[in-house]
Amino acid sequence: MKHLVLVSLFAGAMALPAMADYTIIAPANPGGGWDQTARTMQTVLQEEGISPSVQVQNVPGAGGTIGLAQFASQNKGNPDALIVGGYVMVGAILTNNSPVSLKDVTPIARLTGEYEAIVVPAASPIQDMAGLIEKLKADPGAVSWAGGSAGGTDHIAVGLIAKAAGVDPTKINYIAYSGGGEALAAILGNQVTAGISSLGEFEAQIQAGTLRLLAVSSPERLEGVDAPTLKEAGLDVAVENWRMVAAAPGLSDEQKAKVTADIEKMAKSENWQKQLADKGWMDTWLAGPEFEAQLDKDIESTAAILKDIGLVK
Amino acid sequence: MGALDFLLQGLATAADPMLLLYALIGVTLGTAVGVLPGIGPALTVALLLPVTYRLDPAGSLIMFAGIYYGGMYGGSTTSILLNTPGESASIITALEGNKMARKGRGGPALATAAIGSFIAGLVATLLLAFLAPTIVKLALVFGPREYFALMVLAFVTVSAAFGDSALRGLTSLFLGLALACVGIDQLTGQARLSFGVPELLDGIEVTTMAVAMFALGEALFIAGQRVQVDDEVTAVKGSVWMNRQDWARSWKPWLRGTVIGFPIGAMPAGGAEIGTFLSYATEKKLTKYPEEFGNGAIEGVAGPEAANNASAAGTLVPLLTLGLPTSATAAIMLAGFQQFGLQPGPLLFATNPTLVWGLIASLLIANAMLLVLNLPLIGLWVRLLTIPKPWLYAGILLFATLGTIGANPSTFELGMLLGFGVLGYVMRLFGYPIAPIVVGLILGPMAEQQLRRALSISQGDWGYLLHSPIAATLLGLAALALIVPLILRARGKGQVLAQLAGDED
Repeated sequence: MKHLVLVSLFAGAMALPAMADYTIIAPANPGGGWDQTARTMQTVLQEEGISPSVQVQNVPGAGGTIGLAQFASQNKGNPDALIVGGYVMVGAILTNNSPVSLKDVTPIARLTGEYEAIVVPAASPIQDMAGLIEKLKADPGAVSWAGGSAGGTDHIAVGLIAKAAGVDPTKINYIAYSGGGEALAAILGNQVTAGISSLGEFEAQIQAGTLRLLAVSSPERLEGVDAPTLKEAGLDVAVENWRMVAAAPGLSDEQKAKVTADIEKMAKSENWQKQLADKGWMDTWLAGPEFEAQLDKDIESTAAILKDIGLVK
Repeated sequence: MGALDFLLQGLATAADPMLLLYALIGVTLGTAVGVLPGIGPALTVALLLPVTYRLDPAGSLIMFAGIYYGGMYGGSTTSILLNTPGESASIITALEGNKMARKGRGGPALATAAIGSFIAGLVATLLLAFLAPTIVKLALVFGPREYFALMVLAFVTVSAAFGDSALRGLTSLFLGLALACVGIDQLTGQARLSFGVPELLDGIEVTTMAVAMFALGEALFIAGQRVQVDDEVTAVKGSVWMNRQDWARSWKPWLRGTVIGFPIGAMPAGGAEIGTFLSYATEKKLTKYPEEFGNGAIEGVAGPEAANNASAAGTLVPLLTLGLPTSATAAIMLAGFQQFGLQPGPLLFATNPTLVWGLIASLLIANAMLLVLNLPLIGLWVRLLTIPKPWLYAGILLFATLGTIGANPSTFELGMLLGFGVLGYVMRLFGYPIAPIVVGLILGPMAEQQLRRALSISQGDWGYLLHSPIAATLLGLAALALIVPLILRARGKGQVLAQLAGDED
C-alpha cells in the first residue's frame, strides 16, 4: 500500500512538469463575450505550446451562475479545469441569490476589459453629459436608458451615474435588452433617450456619426476616443466590464502557481496581444493578491449599488 | 464599380475549385448538425472558427455561409421524417411535413423544402445584396410598440390556425404562455416560478420542449398503443419527386414565405420562428385545400421552409449594415469578421466592398450547393422511414436525448425533456394540439417584454401603443382577423362553408 502511494506520488512528481490538457468552461452560449474569451484562450494556449489540447465547453445560463455552480461542484482539486467569468457574474450571483459565488472557485487573473460608453442618437437634442444629467435631474422617469440585461454592468453603471448626480437610483427608467446589439437598434431607432453598453458595441456607429458619444466610464481618458470620462463630466463613477479566468476550488499552492504561470505566459504572448487588438479588447492583466483585493472591492460596491437600485433586497 | 460588378467579381472568386470544396464541406457539416437536435449552427461555427484561422478570408467566409444555410435546411429533414425539429425555426415544418411523410409523400415534402429553401435563399440573398441599407432603415422603425403589435398579430393569426377545437388550441397556447413565465424576468432581473432551481433561471429551453413534445411524446404515444395499428407508414407512395400538382401548389407559398421571412429576419428582435408561424397561418388561410391542413398539406411545408431560409439571409442585414448580430450564429460570424480585422457596421460596405460581396457571392454558391447535395439524398433519406418502427423510435429517443444533453449538459435538462415528453404524450392522448404550447413558449416572452418596454418608455401611457402608424395598422389587422370570422360565423355558417366547399371543385 505504502509502495503504491509512493509510486503514485512519484508518478505525480514526474507528471508535474508536463503540460496540462485544460478544459475551459464558458458559462454562456456560443457567440457571447465569455465564449469568445474562452475560445481565444484555447487558440493561444495551443498555438503557443502551453497546453497540447484545450477543450471549450459551453454551460449557459443565468448570467454564468449555472456554469459556475456546476464547475465548482464537479472539479474540486482538478488543476486542469478553468472557467471564464467576469463582472456580469458578480452582479448575477447577487441578484440570483446564487448558492455558489466566486469565493467557491480559485480566481487566477483578470484578462481583458471594456469600458462603458454613454451615447444618444445623432438626432437627439442632448449635446453632452451635462445636458443628459440636467434632464435626468428634472424628471428621472423621462430619461429612458437602453442597455443590456437587468442587473448587468450597463444597469449598474446607470445606477451609479444617477447616484453620483444626486438622483434617486430607484427612479431610473432602465429598459433592459438581451444584449448591447438589441439595445443598439432601439437607440438608433430613436426609441429611447440614451444608450449604454461597452464602447466596442457602439464604436462603428460613433465613427459613422449616427450616434453621439457623451462619455466613457474609464478612470482616465482613452486614447483615440473623443469623449470625456464620467469623472471629467463631474460624476465620480468608473466602471469596467472585465473578464477573468478562474481555476477549480481546493487547489494546492503549487497547482495554483502552475495555472497562474500558464495563464501569464498566454497573456504575455504576442499572439494573445494580437488577438486582443483584432477584437478590440483591452489588456487589463491583473493577478495575485492585487486581483483578489480588486475583486473584493468590486463585489462590495456592486452589492451596494444593486441594493440602491432595488434589485437586491 | 457598381453593386453588380462587385457581385460578379465575388462569384468569379468563389468559383475557384478549392473554394467550392470549402463550400461543399460547409454545407455538408451544416446539414449534418442541423439534423441533430440540440447542436445548432451556432455551436458548429464556434467549433470551426479556430480551424478557419488557417484559411484565407474567402475560404473561411464561404465555409461559414455553407454551415449557416446548411444548418437552416438540415433542421427540416428531421422535422419532416422523424417529427423531431432540429431547430426552433423548423417546428412548424413538422406539422404538415411529418404527416406527408407518413402518407408516403416524404419525397415531395423534402423536395419542396429543399427547392423552397433554395428559392427563398436566392431571392433573399439578392435582396440583401441590393436593398440592405434601405431595409435596415425600415427595420429600425420597429420599436417596442411595433414589435408588440406584430406579436399580437402573430398570436391571433396563429391561434386561428390551430386544430379543430378552438378551446383545446387555446388551452394548449395558454399552457405554453404559463411556461414562458418561468425564469428571470428580463426587465427587472427577478426570478419567476423558478422554485429555487438554478436551471430554471433562464427559462425553459425551446428546443428541449419542442423535441420532448414532438419526438418523445410521439414515441410514447406509439409505444402506448396496445394494439399495433398500422397507420400506413409507407416510405414511398407514388413518385419520390414532386409531381405537377406539387409544383403548382408550392411555388406561391415559396414566394410568399420569402416575402414574410426576409423582413422579419432583418428586424433586430424578429427571430426566424415568427416568420414561419405567420407563413403557416397565411398558407392555411389562402389554400384551396383547407381539409388537407393538419393531414399533410404541401403548402404548409413550402411556405414556412422558405420563410425560415429567407429570414436566415435577413439576419445578415443588420449584421452587415449595423454590426448588429441578431442570432447566436450571426454573433459568431461577427467574431469571424473580426479575425480578419474587420468591423461590420455602417461603413463596411464602403470600406470593404470586396469582402462583403465575396460573402454575398459565397451565400449564393452555398445555397446552390445545398440543393445539389440534398436533392439526390432525398431518395436515401426517405428510406429512414422503412426502418421497423421499434428501431426507428428507439433511434429517435436516442438522438433526442443526446442532442439535449449535448446542448445543455445537465441532469435537470434531461429530466425536463422526459417530463415534457410525458406531457406531450398525455396531450396527444386527449387530443390537444402540440404546436400551440410551443408557439406560446416562443412568442410569450417576446410579447411580454416588448409590451413592458413600450409602457416603460411611455411611463405607463397605454395610448402610446396606438400613436405609431405601423403599430396601429398591425393591431387593426389583428382585430380584423379576430372579428371578421366571428361576424361571418354569426351571419350564417352554412353559406361560408358552402362557399368553401364550392371552391374545392
